[in-house]
Amino acid sequence: MAHLARLALTEAEIDAFTGQLGDILDHAADIEALNVDGIEATSHPLPRTNVFREDTLRPSLDRDEVLSQAPAAEAGQFRVPPVLGESQ
Amino acid sequence: MIGHEPSLPDDWELVVGLEVHVELATKTKLFCGCANQFSSEPNTNVCPTCLGLPGSLPVLNGQAVAFAMTLGRALGCEVRPSVMARKNYFYPDMAKDFQTTQYDQPTNVDGELRLADGSVVGIERAHIEEDAGKTSHVGGGGRIGDANYSLVDYNRAGVPLVEIVSRPEIRSVEQARAYVSELRNILLAIGVSDARMEEGSLRVDANVSVRPTGSQELRTRCEIKNINSIRSMGRAIEYEAKRHVDLYASGESPHQETRHWDEDGGRTTPGRSKEDAEDYRYFQEPDLVPLVPTAEEVAAIDEQLPMLPAQRRHRLTQLAPNSADAATIVVERGQDDLVVAAVAAGADAERLLTRVQNDLAVDDWTKVDAEGLAALIGMETAGELTATQTKQVLAELVNHGGDPRTIAEALGFEAMSDDALAGLVDGLIADHPDEWNRFVAGDEGERRKMQGFFTGQIMKATQGQADGRAVADLLNGRAG
Repeated sequence: MAHLARLALTEAEIDAFTGQLGDILDHAADIEALNVDGIEATSHPLPRTNVFREDTLRPSLDRDEVLSQAPAAEAGQFRVPPVLGESQ
Repeated sequence: MIGHEPSLPDDWELVVGLEVHVELATKTKLFCGCANQFSSEPNTNVCPTCLGLPGSLPVLNGQAVAFAMTLGRALGCEVRPSVMARKNYFYPDMAKDFQTTQYDQPTNVDGELRLADGSVVGIERAHIEEDAGKTSHVGGGGRIGDANYSLVDYNRAGVPLVEIVSRPEIRSVEQARAYVSELRNILLAIGVSDARMEEGSLRVDANVSVRPTGSQELRTRCEIKNINSIRSMGRAIEYEAKRHVDLYASGESPHQETRHWDEDGGRTTPGRSKEDAEDYRYFQEPDLVPLVPTAEEVAAIDEQLPMLPAQRRHRLTQLAPNSADAATIVVERGQDDLVVAAVAAGADAERLLTRVQNDLAVDDWTKVDAEGLAALIGMETAGELTATQTKQVLAELVNHGGDPRTIAEALGFEAMSDDALAGLVDGLIADHPDEWNRFVAGDEGERRKMQGFFTGQIMKATQGQADGRAVADLLNGRAG
């Protein structure tokens, strides 16, 4: 799972997180045991739908400030290690 | 469609489904107020939300949703309650490491696209999602595999898209082209996208497989990306289908994978093995609430839909049943309102459509009005103007407008009476007894050659003002 999320964890961290994840799965198992007959499935905890904003422009960030946060930048762009595979 | 495509062997059938990504013509991005603008300076339309900075939250653009539902209805889809989902993947074109899209509950499902040739391609779904940023690879000749590093521009990250997924019901390259072209016509007609393939606001991926002709199975498909034009799409599909047939012929099978179209090399090259849906770890986006369109909203969209290309073609072929091809072209050019009005003003529909198709292929026809066009076609139909003269008057109408009768007079086009033309023909026959004999007694080729001779002489004598068809009728009449 650490590999899928591209997280570099130490052995000690892996032990700690494995225990925590196990607790979470146990909790999910407890919930699975509940009788939910007749209760409608929801896709969101909030009882709201259709929250929209107007299609109006808001100022974007200053590019120099944005790029100053990046490990590397070049020609107004983020510079990243070479990537294999391809985008979506 | 134009051009001869090398086709598959008869015992193999092409099976294609298209995934078309369309950028919506909103002012701002899908989840933030940054400008949705092509060709801005890199990274100038970015904010914490589209850069995926911690603590930022998305708020859905209502206009994007309205556009998406409008497109859904234009494709005859059912517009349903939907939820947004996260598609997790690691690639620097999305700073937040996931794309917000729709997964198992898309907004639009089960539509269809009616093509100009009368065929129908099913639409599985048309869902809302955000676009990714743009990466370019530096060093190593720009090829992905041996780049030294990559540069990322997030202006496009978060731009609203609709992905339209067809069913695998496309059976030829021509049909694939017609599908994209019809979809583009619809997008332009309803105004939800500028649909420019060259600027990437309309992008096509093709899922290609083949199967033995007559079978109903769906074999392993490959998804072809990096298709930059309708022409490339045709070449890519053709190449890929052949590759599959060759693999099967040599006892192998294609692997399910994403492949890149290499425009210069004229071939597809392997990309990554296609990930399974599990690898993306889809889950519902917790920061966005469900979309639940009401029946009233959907009814209001339907009411505001303009007449779509298929209906517009139908409107023309109702008037001129023999001019289906002309109707397609005229609708593509947006000249159908003019044609309908000219028919209402008395023009013969078939003749009018032929004229408009052949002789009104211009960018600007605003000076041509329906009454003038109807009057001109009336003059041609009555034999007052020949085909050539009609074209000349029409060209004048395009450039300067005006009354076709006045223009015809100014150009010196006087109606040649039937008697005068008959007199000319008879004189010519008397002057050329040998040629006449060859016309009367010759075989079909000879007859055609001599008809050309006499028509040419008449045209010369009348400075092109005679009606070629009337001359032919007279010649045939005299020959008995």
